[in-house]
Amino acid sequence: MNLETLTHTSGEWLRGTGPESDIVISSRIRLARNLAAFHFTNRSNAHQKAEIEAMLRERIAKLDVQPPLDYINVPHLSALDRQFLVERQLISRELAGADGPRGVALAPKETVSLMVNEEDHLRLQVMRSGFALDEAWQDIDKVDDLLEQRVNYAFSEEFGYLTACPTNVGTGMRASVMLHLPALVLAKQIEKVFRALQKINLAVRGLYGEGSRASGDFYQISNQVTLGKSETTILGEIRDVIPQIINYERQARGTLVRESRQALQDRVSRAIGTLRSATMMTSEETMDLLSSVRLGVNLSLLGDITIPRVNELFIQTQPAHLQKLMGASLDGEERNAARARFLRTKLREAGPNPN
Amino acid sequence: MKCEHCSKPATVHLTDIVNKKKREMHLCQECAEQKQLMVNQEMNLSAIVQTLIGQHVAPSDELARLTCPHCGIKFMEFRAQGRLGCPHDYDVFRAGLGPLLFSFHRAAKHVGKAPRNAPAEQPDLALLGELRTRLREAVDSEAFEEAARLRDLIRQKEAAG
Repeated sequence: MNLETLTHTSGEWLRGTGPESDIVISSRIRLARNLAAFHFTNRSNAHQKAEIEAMLRERIAKLDVQPPLDYINVPHLSALDRQFLVERQLISRELAGADGPRGVALAPKETVSLMVNEEDHLRLQVMRSGFALDEAWQDIDKVDDLLEQRVNYAFSEEFGYLTACPTNVGTGMRASVMLHLPALVLAKQIEKVFRALQKINLAVRGLYGEGSRASGDFYQISNQVTLGKSETTILGEIRDVIPQIINYERQARGTLVRESRQALQDRVSRAIGTLRSATMMTSEETMDLLSSVRLGVNLSLLGDITIPRVNELFIQTQPAHLQKLMGASLDGEERNAARARFLRTKLREAGPNPN
Repeated sequence: MKCEHCSKPATVHLTDIVNKKKREMHLCQECAEQKQLMVNQEMNLSAIVQTLIGQHVAPSDELARLTCPHCGIKFMEFRAQGRLGCPHDYDVFRAGLGPLLFSFHRAAKHVGKAPRNAPAEQPDLALLGELRTRLREAVDSEAFEEAARLRDLIRQKEAAG
């Protein structure tokens, strides 16, 4: 796979289509699997890791999936390219930063990614644009079925799929839905939502998962429990709660438009104005301003930009994406200048007049 | 243990490692919420796991001495790192893991998907899996005689196991 071709698009999860895609960015399911005959990755030496990697690479290559997956040898990638794949959510930070033989098999449309020698031998991931957990489950279940015909998974009747970390054991499944919740943040209602979710054992994280803060008002909601509940039950619990959050967000948006339309319009106009004219722009500020722009587009306060275009800017202004688009390695300051330049050009293409 | 800020019992224990410096916090639920630990300071899953392991797994001497004969990991190493060494550890460390699994998942037994080529409690199952793969390939390539032979072989092995 040629990574350069990916830089110009936004990938599956920011495609901006699918059910409820004004609020639900993407749905993602991940399965953790291990080979019965080997120690877990962290306990395997370089030789064993190489053996696991070679075997899984070979089995993955034979999978009957259309179109076929592309296998990328992660140690061969530059640090920039690894970061690039992390930004696209195709590999985890853990896989990017690990040692030894490891890789990832990707579907051309970036909907499927199979990580080899992550914390577990295999981490299967399927991503869909919009609110589409069931479709994502059907896809990943099928890939998992195909793989289990070719490899002997570590599984016990009692504990289910055996994983390196006991917090993943059982189904090994983490299902998550990424939401854009700018109005709940503005209305200071977001913490209430978090508390409610924590009570029913769902986790809330930022855009890039564990340990990343919620920039751009993006939040991922996922299950914590993996043992004692079937995949169907877990998916059902998430599927049931998401429409309520969507509803809260829509109500908060409605209230904003009704009660403080001018302040909101001002916020949105300032955001697009700054993005169109600033000469230095950090990643963090970009995310915050784009979040306001995205809200403005969804509320028809901004007419000349489309959601897919805004989504594209979210990803293309990430550090590794920006450097690949510029074709140069840039330090922090250079990056901020290049980011501002890039945003000015892109938003001028999109139309000069915010109103 | 008491909360650092008031005298209620501490239920939230956080260990942060910043620039190799370790910082511990022990708070009650209210103070933790007031400090918005759960919101602004990202929940660090592995830190939480560590806390759970520490709380729920008071290692008896026996448990503390336990070493997995397959991968060589000691129970105490798992306790420190939060990662197991191999699939057998779930059996070997059963006594220590049970309470931990229950406190995290509120359940003790798996429900849900299982591999249809149920693997490897007995060594023969690996062979069975291999035979089933070959059977499927034979069916796919319409080699029906070979498929029938494999099917019978699989039935035989299944009956024997």
